[in-house]
Amino acid sequence: MSIGHTLLGLLESGPRHGYDLKRAFDERFGHDRPLAYGQVYSTMARLLKNGLVEVDGIEPGGGPERKRYAITDAGITDVDAWLRQPEKPEPYLQTTLYTKVVLALLTGRPAADLLDTQRAEHLRLMRELTRRKKSGDLADQLICDHALFHLEADLRWLELTAARLDQLAKAVTS
Amino acid sequence: MTAAAEPLLQATALRKSYGRTPALDGADLTVRAGEVVAVMGPSGSGKSTLLHCLAGIVQADSGRVCYRGRDLTAMSDAERSALRRTDFGFVFQFGQLVPELTCLENVAMPARLAGTRRRAAEAQAAEWLARLEVGEIAGKRPGEVSGGQGQRVAVARALVGSPRVVFADEPTGALDSLNGERVMRLLTDAAHDTGAAVVLVTHEPRVAAYSDREIVVRDGKSRDLEQVS
Amino acid sequence: MSAPHEPFAGSDTTSGARDREPQPDLRTWARDLALGARFAVSGREGWTRTALTAVGVAMGVALLLLAAAAPAMLHTRDRKETDRTPSVTATLQHPTPGSLLVADANTEYHGRDITGVLLRPEGPAPERPPGVEQLPGPGRMVVSPALRKLLAASPLLRERIPYRITGTIEPAGLLGPAELYFYAGDSRLTAGDADNGGNADRATGFGRGSSPEVLGPVFDLLLVMVLVVLLLPVAIFVGTAVRLGGERRDRRLAALRLVGADIRTTRRIAAGEALLGALLGLALGSLFFLVGRHLAPHVTIRDISAYPSDLRPGTGLAVLIAVAVPAASVAVTLLSLRGTVVEPLGVVRQGVGRPRRLWWRLLLPAVGLALLAPLFGKAQGTGHINQYQVAAGAVLMLFGVTAVLPWIVEAVVGRLRGGPVAWQLATRRLQLSSNAAARMVSGVTVAVAGAIALQMLFQSVNGEFVTSTGADVSRAQVHVSTRITDGAQTAADVRRLKATRGAAEVFGYTQSEATQGGASKLKDTADAAYLPVVVGDCATLRQLARITRCTPTSTFVVPPPGDFGDDLARYARPGMRIDLNPPEGSGYTGTPRLWTVPAGTPTVAGRTDPAGDKEWGIFAAPQALDAARLRAPNAQIMVALAPKQPDAIEYVRNTAAGFGIGTYVYELSNTHAKSQYTQLRRGLFAGATLTMALIGASLLVTMLEQLRERRKLLAVLVAFGTKRSALAWSVLWQTAVPVVLGLLLAVGGGTALGAALLAMVGHPFRTDWPEVGLLSLVGAGVVFAVTLVSLPPLWRMMRPDGLRTE
Ligand SMILES: Nc1ncnc2c1ncn2[C@@H]1O[C@H](COP(=O)(O)OP(=O)(O)OP(=O)(O)O)[C@@H](O)[C@H]1O
Ligand SMILES: [Mg+2]
Repeated sequence: MSIGHTLLGLLESGPRHGYDLKRAFDERFGHDRPLAYGQVYSTMARLLKNGLVEVDGIEPGGGPERKRYAITDAGITDVDAWLRQPEKPEPYLQTTLYTKVVLALLTGRPAADLLDTQRAEHLRLMRELTRRKKSGDLADQLICDHALFHLEADLRWLELTAARLDQLAKAVTS
Repeated sequence: MTAAAEPLLQATALRKSYGRTPALDGADLTVRAGEVVAVMGPSGSGKSTLLHCLAGIVQADSGRVCYRGRDLTAMSDAERSALRRTDFGFVFQFGQLVPELTCLENVAMPARLAGTRRRAAEAQAAEWLARLEVGEIAGKRPGEVSGGQGQRVAVARALVGSPRVVFADEPTGALDSLNGERVMRLLTDAAHDTGAAVVLVTHEPRVAAYSDREIVVRDGKSRDLEQVS
Repeated sequence: MSAPHEPFAGSDTTSGARDREPQPDLRTWARDLALGARFAVSGREGWTRTALTAVGVAMGVALLLLAAAAPAMLHTRDRKETDRTPSVTATLQHPTPGSLLVADANTEYHGRDITGVLLRPEGPAPERPPGVEQLPGPGRMVVSPALRKLLAASPLLRERIPYRITGTIEPAGLLGPAELYFYAGDSRLTAGDADNGGNADRATGFGRGSSPEVLGPVFDLLLVMVLVVLLLPVAIFVGTAVRLGGERRDRRLAALRLVGADIRTTRRIAAGEALLGALLGLALGSLFFLVGRHLAPHVTIRDISAYPSDLRPGTGLAVLIAVAVPAASVAVTLLSLRGTVVEPLGVVRQGVGRPRRLWWRLLLPAVGLALLAPLFGKAQGTGHINQYQVAAGAVLMLFGVTAVLPWIVEAVVGRLRGGPVAWQLATRRLQLSSNAAARMVSGVTVAVAGAIALQMLFQSVNGEFVTSTGADVSRAQVHVSTRITDGAQTAADVRRLKATRGAAEVFGYTQSEATQGGASKLKDTADAAYLPVVVGDCATLRQLARITRCTPTSTFVVPPPGDFGDDLARYARPGMRIDLNPPEGSGYTGTPRLWTVPAGTPTVAGRTDPAGDKEWGIFAAPQALDAARLRAPNAQIMVALAPKQPDAIEYVRNTAAGFGIGTYVYELSNTHAKSQYTQLRRGLFAGATLTMALIGASLLVTMLEQLRERRKLLAVLVAFGTKRSALAWSVLWQTAVPVVLGLLLAVGGGTALGAALLAMVGHPFRTDWPEVGLLSLVGAGVVFAVTLVSLPPLWRMMRPDGLRTE
């Protein structure tokens, strides 16, 4: 999962302090693993260097934690590209996908498209595996089946999420 | 499959309501010869209705269904029946076999309806049953065989007349995954061999993975996923 | 396996060829019919359904054959009746070698009529009645088998008919096996042409019966209606029977539609299926009929019995039935398919079709009424009615009732909701298949509607066929009339009756006639006065006239009621002499027996006697006029029975039988019905009993069929814990709702038809609501009885193992 893209996405709704960013991230995505401050600052530094964010202002009182960041146009384009890009289908994708969906919802992008794209990608791989399974020996078949079942679970999750997008949008934006 | 193949079956802007319930709300679908198209989507979204409209079993309220250049919606019942007999095959979740007839007779039925003599039709049917690995239950009635066997009989019946399109509505819905996949494999392989296109409605991604292409139906509208990305 | 086609090879022309439907030639027909027949016999399910259909059709066919045999049977009965009636001629003055003397000795025993004919051959080669091998000699008799049995079992009756049995009457001489009939030889018979007191008629033989009573257009109307009302439910039943298993069939045909059978093919398949059931039914029905015919001798419905050999349907009618029943069954099947166009999707989903339309359903009764309307007022007096028009009109009106029924059931049931589980299950089920429910009760509906109409007609025209006798059964219940040779015999007879067990009071008088005193000198005896004479004791005379004072020497003059001339006033005044030897026939014979009407004889008003007659003339107590002086007297005796004595009337009859030939015993009753009308009524009841039984049977069959079709659903409901009692109730409700609707409709339709019929005979509209209620109750009763009978199978079906069915 790309923390940089996530933070960028969070910034799309308006400039924030680093501390705010961490809180917003933890609240939405950090259920099992809160973000360390250091990670926020190093990421923001990288983004700043790449011109994807800019410093919007510094609160008086000094110290690095007082910087307020804002997203640049380049940053928005970058988030866009990231969201559009289907993830390589592999097991345990849901954290990334979830993050993407929430960000899309937060930033008013078509989350359904995102899901459909991902879904097509998943199915593409599943077809591939199915083809391989058809021609392979038993070991191949079993290995492919394992992958297929995992992919199926993800795909199911995608379907479920798609069906509940409205609900999720309400929860996220409230 | 050749991507550029001209469409075999093409539905445009199909609308269909049951009373005040809209089941289809401007659905499109194109099936090219020999390809397997999966139709997925939430329950109640209109998948089955779309399939029935495509096969000419249900008349859409508006929109066109073109099969090889002819408009299905403008055909008479006799013409559509003839199409079902000669060009289409059907596999449903269950219940499409005639319970009174043996499996063999069920499979022989389309040919017999098309005028083939009983012996010839049954010989052909027996061959198909064997091919679908259920030759041994030929003499049993559908009530006496397992769901998976029955489904294979249904597949045999759908394919026996060398149709150009096989419509399958959740053909594996009542089967476990192993049996479901076996049925799917037999169906797609046989369809591939005979050059038949398959329109496959399913909820199961692993079943859909046997397709070449996927269409998602939501709220009566279709969406071709190939065109999204 | 045909070669897989290459995706792009098919041009439009080949595709056209592929699409062309095979011409429905003979082979296609044969194939589809055979396929249908195959469905009819495949599996237990198929067999059961076909068997049920066959049994249903069979019962209909059997009843139709019976109905077809009825005209021939009636004709045979008529002919037999004519053949055995003695041909009595007034012209035959002298015995011939073949002539015989005959007198009837009819009696009744426990309400059953016994016909007796007394015979006495006059020559060496007497004629024989049909069915009698050898004429019984004096004191012997030949009897019908039924009478032989009855006599053997009833000593009381044997006492009355004491002749020695020497033979049996063959079927040729009997209307039916249950008939009680005997011919007895009796040497006491004397020819009526003998001087004074002959007690028998001279017959040249047997076989020239009198023509039946002429009954007119009202009778024709009744006859037509009875036939319509009895046969229509049968027709409807046959229609219902061939539609058994309709839901399953629809599903099966839908499955075939899915694999490309077009509508015409499905029709042919369905026809094949129905045809097999109908043909089996036809065969079975003929068998039922033949077997039933052999059982006929053991069955007596309301006094009517028949010989197997007499129950022979006309060839034309039999052929018609053999062709029409299968044809009708196929037609009904095709019609029902038209209603539920079998769509391929029937396999996948069951939906509610479009609502029914009312107009054509109302058209049927409207056309029926239009057919009847021109006949209003026509079926009166000696007019003539077109029986076919009546039949068609009535059939259409009754058919309209069954046509409207499904619409009403659907309309009403569609509005029902809520309620307890059983009610909800029932109403929802009815909503889904109101058709089947309506069909189930349509037979009952038509039967009840027809019965109501017929009952109205019968009630209204009763007066034309049933006449009041004016008898007063509170004063006496039996009337014995006997021919006597000597007036003094009356007193003896009365004494014997008084000594009889069961006779409480006996009034007897001697009846004869007299003429004016100078009659012997008249040139033309036609001018002789007619003066009735009655001799009886005071108690008896009081029954006949309003007498206050009476002694054993009293005499009275009772003027005739109405306009009987003034002979009595002219010649029977006190003090005048009258002649007790009136002339008979052409001239005066014998010597005058003069008697003077005593001076002071009062004139008193007459009184209706217990038998409903009004005697008049000269009434005398025994000591005023010696009854022995009367010429050609007869005795009239009224008997009041002891209410507590069982078989009282039989004892009276036994005693009366000893009075000799020419004695008749009548049980007094208030009304008298013309015999053919009575037969028609009896026939109606007999037929209605059969029809109701048939309807009950058909209901049971349909009900079981419906239960079987729902076996899986029932199993599911039981599996998730629905109480069995709730299911039973739901079945009951499912029947009750359509039955109530059907009966309401029947009352409406029946009353309308009844009103039309009344208009035809020109009677005012009148209904007997209690009777209507009773008829409806009978209909409802049949349905509920059937429902109860179907509960045990329901119980068995509700085992959860019903779940596994395809
Ligand atoms: N015969 C019918 N009468 C009334 N409504 C119907 C009928 N058939 C379908 N519908 C309605 O049309 C809509 C689409 O139904 P359809 O069967 O096409 O859905 P589906 O996508 O196949 O669902 P599932 O995946 O559950 O099979 C649903 O809302 C359904 O209620
Ligand atoms: Mg569906």
